[in-house]
Amino acid sequence: MLDISGLTTRYGAISALRRVSLSVGANEVVGLIGPNGAGKTTLLNTVAGLLRPAEGEVSLDGRPVTGYSPDRMLRAGLALVPEHRRLFAQMTVVENLRIGGVTSAADERSERLDEMVELFPVLKDKWATAAGYLSGGEAQQLAIARALMSSPRIVLMDEPSLGLAPVLVDFVFDLIGRLRTEGRTMLVVEQNATRLLEVADRAYVLRTGEIAAEGPAADLLAREDLFDTFVGVSDRSDSPDPEQA
Amino acid sequence: MIDLLQSLIDGLGRGSIYALLALGIAVIFGVMHMVNFAHGELITVGAYVAFAVVVTAGWAWWAAAPLIFVAAVGTSVAIEFVAFRWVRGSSDFTMLLTSFAVHFLVQAIFVMTMGASVRSFPRPDWADRVWSVGDLNIQVIDVVVIGATAATMAVTVYLLQRTMFGISLRAAAEDFDAARLMGVRSNKVIRQAFILAGALAGIAAIFFLMRTGQARPTTGLSPLLKGILAAIIGGLGNMQGAVYGGLLLGVSEVLLRSWLPEDLVGITDGVVFALIALFFIFRPQGLLNVRSAERV
Repeated sequence: MLDISGLTTRYGAISALRRVSLSVGANEVVGLIGPNGAGKTTLLNTVAGLLRPAEGEVSLDGRPVTGYSPDRMLRAGLALVPEHRRLFAQMTVVENLRIGGVTSAADERSERLDEMVELFPVLKDKWATAAGYLSGGEAQQLAIARALMSSPRIVLMDEPSLGLAPVLVDFVFDLIGRLRTEGRTMLVVEQNATRLLEVADRAYVLRTGEIAAEGPAADLLAREDLFDTFVGVSDRSDSPDPEQA
Repeated sequence: MIDLLQSLIDGLGRGSIYALLALGIAVIFGVMHMVNFAHGELITVGAYVAFAVVVTAGWAWWAAAPLIFVAAVGTSVAIEFVAFRWVRGSSDFTMLLTSFAVHFLVQAIFVMTMGASVRSFPRPDWADRVWSVGDLNIQVIDVVVIGATAATMAVTVYLLQRTMFGISLRAAAEDFDAARLMGVRSNKVIRQAFILAGALAGIAAIFFLMRTGQARPTTGLSPLLKGILAAIIGGLGNMQGAVYGGLLLGVSEVLLRSWLPEDLVGITDGVVFALIALFFIFRPQGLLNVRSAERV
């Protein structure tokens, strides 16, 4: 499905990503964990087309998509739920959803709106509310629903539990689990490594812009050394990251 | 009371033109984060088109008006394609300088081809007619301008609120990269923004030229400055605020003209600017906030 090979992204002279290679298979949930500043968000932004890679290749279903603009990447079938959600705060919930389906025909968009209401019933009650007035949990649901409006073949999620209260963190990971059951393909970046590994099929550990470890999520979850060395001891605990609570 | 009502009608007539221009400026600012100093050139181009077809070709105003509109839209799209597309993504400063460059370049082209002198053309007969309602004397053109502006705003609101074009434009204005992530094409949405801004300027140009009946290389400068000022008053980038800003500016100008002693009327613009500066000391964000805070 998604293949990333030797991807390098630079901010000026600084390489935020160095020859990163990873893959996400169809109907697979792949986690990407690592400490702050490891390059996780840079990787997603590069794949989604917000940043231009200095080297390397990205392909989707075997088709090269390296350097595609974000709108072209979406049309190719890849949607990003960005860090901090980046909802259109002044627009209503339904408008945010409609913009998520901007690439679809009107009748198709209408069908997807119905699907999203079914998947995220809370949004129906807030239909005409400006997104800026949603609670954290509602906003996160809207961000995910908005990405799903384009019926992407793969969804990239950047820190979906960031800034949420513990009860909402549970909800978000349950949701990822539900989407996995539905057979959605996802690449998820999270600081909350334990929770992510519990719902992912496989995972990669990114450290200072390089892949430091990879493997089945269950195996990585069992590796004490991995958390101590690469991710950080606090992420091993079941409680959410203090910054996110 | 009658004087106040009279000033209000006159002010709304004047402010309607500012509102149309300010809305166009706000639309462009929204998607490009640039104050477009070339926006006034759409009126200048319209003025020479009016001169050409009304004087040279002898067309009636009803036939000239659509051509002025098309010329403004065409010029707006051409300016985006020729100048702004190539500096998109550059610093705000570069884009601002580009808009200045276009402004002065268009002026220079008209000076070289048409000369610096004023070219006058006949205004529509009905423009100077006055309806007397009790003690009120209402200029027909004020009624037409206010009505046409209200209709234009209604259509614009419909487009912005109800169509995918409008939703895409508003999304791009709020967060351009996030809009691109949703599949909004940057070239398309920016071109559409320039078409909308050109259309609004085209309507403003028709009524502005019906009032002035003059074309010169700097025709668009004064309305441009008023439009920018109105957009700033409204909270730069806020489309609704831009409209309110334009109307407020028009009414303030007319009220000041009626209140100031006759020998001080010449400093009306200066007083308006001073009042606006004072307004910004107390409300630096303008009439309306550009963004509301996102709750987490």
